[in-house]
Amino acid sequence: MSWIGRSLPRYEDPSLLMGRGTYVADLARNTASVKFVRSPVAAGRIVGMELPDGELVFTAADLVDVKPIRPILHRPDYIAVDQPILARDRVMFCGQALAMVVADDQGLAEDLAEQVFADVEADDAIVNFADALADGAGAVHAHAPGNVLVEGKMRSAGLDDAFAIAAEIVSLELRSGRQSAMPLEGRGGVARYDAVSGRVTLYASVQMPHMLRTGIADTLGMPEADLRVIAPDVGGGFGQKMSLFPEYVALVWLARHLKRDLSWIEDRRENFLASAHSRDQAFSVKGAFSKDGILLGIDADLKSNVGAFSCYPVTCGVEPLMALAELPGPYKVKEYGARSRGVTTNTCMMAPYRGVARPMLTLTMERMMDVAAKRLRLDPVEIRRRNLIDTFPHRSPTGLVYDEGSYQEAMEVAVNTLDVPAFRERQAAARAAGRYLGIGFSVFSERTGYGTPAYAARGMGIVPGYEIVTCAMDPSGSVEVRIGSSPHGQGLKTALAQLIADELGIAPSKIKIISGDTDATPYGWGTFASRSMVIAGGASKLAAGKVAVRLRSIAATMMDAKPEDIELEDDLARVIGTNQSLPIPDVARAAYHQSHRFPDAGPGLQDQAIYDPAGTFSNACHACIVEVDIETGGVVIERFVVAEDAGILINPMIVDGQIHGGVAQGVANALYEELIYDETGNLLTASLADYLPPTIAEMPNIEIEHLVTLSDATITKAKGVGEGGTIGAPAAIINAICDALAPFGVEIFEIPATPQRIRDLIRASERNDHG
Amino acid sequence: MKPASFDYYRAANRADAIRLLAEYGDDGKILAGGQSLVAAMNFRLARPNVLIDINDAADLDYLRVEDGTLRIGALTRHARFHDPAEPGPLGALLSKVVHHIAHYPIRQRGTFAGSLSHADPASEWCLVATTLGAEMHIASHDGERTCPAAQFFKGTFTTAIETQDLLAEIRLPVLGNGWRSGFHEFSRRAGDFALAMSLVVLKIEDGVITDARIGVGAVSDRALRLETLEAELIGKAPNEKLFAEIAAAAKAQITPSADIHATSAFRSDLIRTVVKRALMQAAA
Repeated sequence: MSWIGRSLPRYEDPSLLMGRGTYVADLARNTASVKFVRSPVAAGRIVGMELPDGELVFTAADLVDVKPIRPILHRPDYIAVDQPILARDRVMFCGQALAMVVADDQGLAEDLAEQVFADVEADDAIVNFADALADGAGAVHAHAPGNVLVEGKMRSAGLDDAFAIAAEIVSLELRSGRQSAMPLEGRGGVARYDAVSGRVTLYASVQMPHMLRTGIADTLGMPEADLRVIAPDVGGGFGQKMSLFPEYVALVWLARHLKRDLSWIEDRRENFLASAHSRDQAFSVKGAFSKDGILLGIDADLKSNVGAFSCYPVTCGVEPLMALAELPGPYKVKEYGARSRGVTTNTCMMAPYRGVARPMLTLTMERMMDVAAKRLRLDPVEIRRRNLIDTFPHRSPTGLVYDEGSYQEAMEVAVNTLDVPAFRERQAAARAAGRYLGIGFSVFSERTGYGTPAYAARGMGIVPGYEIVTCAMDPSGSVEVRIGSSPHGQGLKTALAQLIADELGIAPSKIKIISGDTDATPYGWGTFASRSMVIAGGASKLAAGKVAVRLRSIAATMMDAKPEDIELEDDLARVIGTNQSLPIPDVARAAYHQSHRFPDAGPGLQDQAIYDPAGTFSNACHACIVEVDIETGGVVIERFVVAEDAGILINPMIVDGQIHGGVAQGVANALYEELIYDETGNLLTASLADYLPPTIAEMPNIEIEHLVTLSDATITKAKGVGEGGTIGAPAAIINAICDALAPFGVEIFEIPATPQRIRDLIRASERNDHG
Repeated sequence: MKPASFDYYRAANRADAIRLLAEYGDDGKILAGGQSLVAAMNFRLARPNVLIDINDAADLDYLRVEDGTLRIGALTRHARFHDPAEPGPLGALLSKVVHHIAHYPIRQRGTFAGSLSHADPASEWCLVATTLGAEMHIASHDGERTCPAAQFFKGTFTTAIETQDLLAEIRLPVLGNGWRSGFHEFSRRAGDFALAMSLVVLKIEDGVITDARIGVGAVSDRALRLETLEAELIGKAPNEKLFAEIAAAAKAQITPSADIHATSAFRSDLIRTVVKRALMQAAA
């Protein structure tokens, strides 16, 4: 009886859903409060700071021995930039920390912060691509004139020929607004100073606790052993909690300097201003098509606004370099050329957010397919059929190798689920009655679970990827598994327990997954890039497998059988083909307390394993039906179908949850959320009154169809599934809106497609109709 | 995001609230539901030195019909309107509108009078008060006075309420037989502030409109009543063409405000749509 494939309720639910967890703010009792004073302007020179007398107020002048954060990419086209912990002589974005104050509670700290006055001689802010890339533009960083911090290029030899023979060339200008990952719980840290050891324990709401420890220790010039980082329950991260932020460095510095317990709990305004942003991309893309709709080549100019600094450890290359490598997506195009730039501006730093680059890549390719289909008078599904990859392994024009998937099949499942012919009839009838329905498709690949080779290929100074897992069964027969990955609310512990349970023949409830504590877990990379189930899962399977080998050896000795004849199941070590068995706890106890009997196995039941895979591609097709109100530009999503293939599902309910949450953030990207800066670099959307995540009322019911392709790319045959919802949804929704508005000839190339933007396009079309 | 420090007094009843306002009102604010005030205080956009909490003043929490008006006490919560406040067209109208006010938990705390005092241009209750010609009863240490809606709203977040005043009661005229209402609001998400909304009440007798009120909200610094267009409806049979003309005229007559969610041009389009849809619903 396997535990894999069962929708076990999550062990995390009492913490995540019932308010019984321990989040960072729950640990802030009896600590002094830290408040950061933030720059009110986007760019300028700090002329002076007025500070209240006799209070605990600190500026960059107090942090002279603290190094700036300087993420490294070993690429000739990368310019490293320094992010100071507190702004030194210049401010680089609105919201940058200028000073920090310490007081007994948050209210008093805010009072004190109001008494800090920074005299900043403001410069013209460089906010957007036009500002940053204009001839003669000023430089955000003096040593990076031109404002391009990273630039990747590639061009296949046959690209010009592909365009020369093309029957149709589709040229698109696409734009994605700036978005926040907006985890329910913002950032926050509690630093406790131990007067005896001089050690600091930092509780922080983060996705990469080991990396945070390394980053803080390097910046402060302290031994890592003097710092313990603990990620307690984390209320969502989605990438925003990966990076090393100055606030955490400052908090540890303060705790050591003041020898006090301190806390900083970010408020929502700070989260919007100064945590990390994402998206904000502008793509100019040309596609060369043959007359029968075969995509022959892509020529792309890709720009990503990376903000004022480069995020540590993944750097500001994360968006532009992924865009460069993955634009062709699920299509078997041969010729490819692209230039992809990371452009620095006086705005909040860009960092990874669920999907990284791919929501925009998918929007680009899927809009291209629909526009090409229209021009070539092909059905949008048919043009995809002709171009989707169907032989494996597939080698992309950028050198990526795709393992087995079900690109064609997933699309057909979505097409059948929505019954396209019946929809077209309904659509025609609705149009006759003045209602505008549309259907849209989005097919994509989701690169997941990739190890060190992928990151090394990017030239990263710090190369993440592997996971180390230790697994120990104790004398009572229960199991502790220590992982370097660090969940942020996705139910990883439950899924890992199911996987390990099958290796050891015990119930998942007897398996405890220990994560997020640098004192208690092996060095690891945390949770990001849809890696945890694949990589921490793979290492867990391997480590548990090694323990199972020991268990079988000991049980064999105890029952006078051969180890290969022992099976572990239902809490028993059984001799296959006999009725002879021992309870696994009896074997475990013997392993520790009678070890002299087992010279082959040796004492104890613990082992460790490492997993560092090349990576695997999940795939999916999103399809939806929308209705557009042409008078208001309002969009209602009537149906939303996800046909996806992530290989073996360890816990289908958790996979469905990942898809639901991802689609919600994709709906947000497509229709609702946008961070807006004015021309001076002032953020206009710094509260939830102006930044609009969709609520449950805006969410459609999501219909999920699972396909299961068994790929050898991972040892569990499970693929990552953390980001697909976010990647695929925007393109499906936008294509559906364009289909609905086909009578007006409206084509949308900018997201979010707010009612105002949709209405503007309809109004322009109405005006054209009237001459 | 913590408020600046303030002193806090809890009024036991109406008279106590008025006494506290006389003493502290110049530096103070009434705390009723707190759904706007507390958020503004947390952002430190509002910094009252004194809060006078009226949540214990049971004699301000009422909803009753008297002398042809619906009387709404200062502490009457939005949620009281979920069920019709009175059996006629007014109760139905209020119960239709209330579901557009924010979200269920907010409606359990926020108050009708608090909305009017706050005077957000996108407040549904401000639109109701303006369109129906509500009468505000304002009490202070110096006595009581009444103020019609037309003179009550002075602009965004600004009203005729002086520092020592309590908006003690709002009176809405009960609508008799033959009256019907339509309300249409467009907002980005369920529960958001409207980008434009319209409330229409029509009296239709023998197939002819004999009286009408048209209000538009969330498009300027206060809710607007379109009296010239109301007059154009009188004596006519309700029909789609007429309503489309009225809606187009409403659009032409208003130069709407702009913000990050809606340009003036977009709001103009929305005015036509919400007025037309409110008219259609009222006549349906």
